[in-house]
Amino acid sequence: MAAEAPLVSIRGLELGYPVRSGLFKRVVGSVRAVAGVDLDIRRGETLGLVGESGCGKTSLGKAMLQLERPTGGEVLLDCGGARRDLCRMRQGELREARRRMQIVFQDPYSSLNPAFTIYGSLEDAMRRYGLATRAERRRRLGELLEAVNMRPEHMDRYPSEFSGGQRQRIGIARALSADPELVVCDEAVSALDVSIRAQVLNLLLKLKAERGLTYLFISHDLSVVEYVSDRIAVMYLGRIVELAGTEELYSNPLHPYTRALLSAIPIADPDRARRRIVLEGDVPSPVDPPPGCPFHPRCPDRVEECSRVPPALRTHMIKGEAHAAACHLAKE
Amino acid sequence: MEGETLVRVRNLRTYLYANGRCNKAVNDVSFDVRAGRTLCVVGESGCGKSVTAASIMQLLPPLARIESGEIAYRSAEGELRLDRLPRNGRAMRSLRGRDLGMIFQDPMTALNPVYSIGFQIRESLRYHTRLGAPARRAKAIELLADMGIPLPAQRSGEYPHQLSGGMRQRAMIAMAMACEPKVLIADEPTTALDVTVQAQVFDLMERLKRERGTAIMLITHDMGVVAELADEVVVMYMGNVVESGTVREVLKSPAHPYTRALLGSIPLLGRGRSQRLEPIRGSTPDPFDRPPGCQFAPRCPRQEPACDAGLPPEVEVSAAHRVRCLFAKEGRDGR
Repeated sequence: MAAEAPLVSIRGLELGYPVRSGLFKRVVGSVRAVAGVDLDIRRGETLGLVGESGCGKTSLGKAMLQLERPTGGEVLLDCGGARRDLCRMRQGELREARRRMQIVFQDPYSSLNPAFTIYGSLEDAMRRYGLATRAERRRRLGELLEAVNMRPEHMDRYPSEFSGGQRQRIGIARALSADPELVVCDEAVSALDVSIRAQVLNLLLKLKAERGLTYLFISHDLSVVEYVSDRIAVMYLGRIVELAGTEELYSNPLHPYTRALLSAIPIADPDRARRRIVLEGDVPSPVDPPPGCPFHPRCPDRVEECSRVPPALRTHMIKGEAHAAACHLAKE
Repeated sequence: MEGETLVRVRNLRTYLYANGRCNKAVNDVSFDVRAGRTLCVVGESGCGKSVTAASIMQLLPPLARIESGEIAYRSAEGELRLDRLPRNGRAMRSLRGRDLGMIFQDPMTALNPVYSIGFQIRESLRYHTRLGAPARRAKAIELLADMGIPLPAQRSGEYPHQLSGGMRQRAMIAMAMACEPKVLIADEPTTALDVTVQAQVFDLMERLKRERGTAIMLITHDMGVVAELADEVVVMYMGNVVESGTVREVLKSPAHPYTRALLGSIPLLGRGRSQRLEPIRGSTPDPFDRPPGCQFAPRCPRQEPACDAGLPPEVEVSAAHRVRCLFAKEGRDGR
């Protein structure tokens, strides 16, 4: 496992948005939506990325795919042994690299063009990348729709004729139409009703097994992430605060934020009533993050050091498995 | 007086009309909301849970009508039939806010952006109580402090856009609690919030129930929330109550195939990848083109021709557990 190079290596990634203010809209500061993230995505794994709204998880996904140009750091993609930095690629090269990395968006209503038939939306990627002849495209898209449990004749209908769950499956088919290696699922099931959510989750797992896909699964719902992921990264204020294998993270969370997050999730089992760790206050504004550890103003375990020194993401070996946490108090 | 029934809903039918068609959004719904207890109404979008709440508060859209059934509220002066009161008559207006408080899902649309938080809290105090202006001002600040909002005096002068999502939601709860209502109806109060903020709001609601004996009716789609907060549960599907009872009965030995399927399709934290999710096949039917009998029949694994003959009657599986399914008794396997 360790010998194989990761599919994507993110190093020191930064994404800042300027904050403008006043009459002339001068830049008065910047929001570090992604503040120096290091992350490896291994080939064939599902990496879960969790955090609360505003923590930068979607920004990280977009910066990785260059949908937003990062303001610093590098995103190294494994190109047949050589590692190429996406941030320094020219438009043409980037287009080719993007074929291998696709995204499924959160909102199945706004992510399909209502004026295009499903065929129109889906064949775009195939046509642009010259993946198949015209006649073949219809056949391949038919197969693709069958793979996401829809019927080939749905191709000539419009998005308005489908329910939310069906549209999300169409969104997945579109992401797969360019035959990618990595699929970023950005809150792909969050907008769906409970009874539909399980259908889409199981579909994603099935497609991964069949096609050997790699997923970056972004979600705020820890129970869903736990169900699909091999490893999980927890984000807070633009930084990764904890990264570990799924079982290890849930059984032995090292960061107090992860512990609070896990304890706050209601579980549908009346026998497992637990003590909630109720955090004080709200997530601080990323425009003006606190000094030291970004979590310290809300942390129940804080010590004096936390308000001065920002903790680094240190890797501990626990039961032969890497478990990284950015906390001064984290111990094996 | 814990356990006293404050709101009694019996055989409620509320229909919505649109384009000459009728959506039987709430069809024969009965339950009790009791003092010092939390009743959770759980279901997916379109099941009629919000319309039920709007029927109690008489906040239905113009093209909606309570067709039959009764909603009775036990006020200090005796029992009142809410469904018979004029929607915006004096009696209903004096009950809303004073006896019946409501928390809405989205605080950004429920709060008025051009008035300060404090003004909006004081509004109901001005209308419903005899407090003078300085007393109202002090009370509003006290309420915000109670809700755990830091710097309440300063915050009460601020506008909704200056507050974070969690603070807005707490300000709205402060508004709903201003006149200490006996019944609090919360329609998905935490759906727009993060889990850590959700935990704060739940703590607050538990405290209200415990310290003031408030009767809470909580509408949610999240079975986890039900397990944590509810004393009693009502499960709704397509306008019907399909199952109701105490939390333990309903979540531990669900008798309706829909409840069972719903519980089987959500991942449980801590079980990881060892669990198997069983999705419910198909999707919810078109409300204007409903199945003839049991609404869940087309998606039900246990479906038989008898299910389409008409809405199954409610049967009692135990004293505190009622189910609307033909096979309720045989289907219990304790899972």
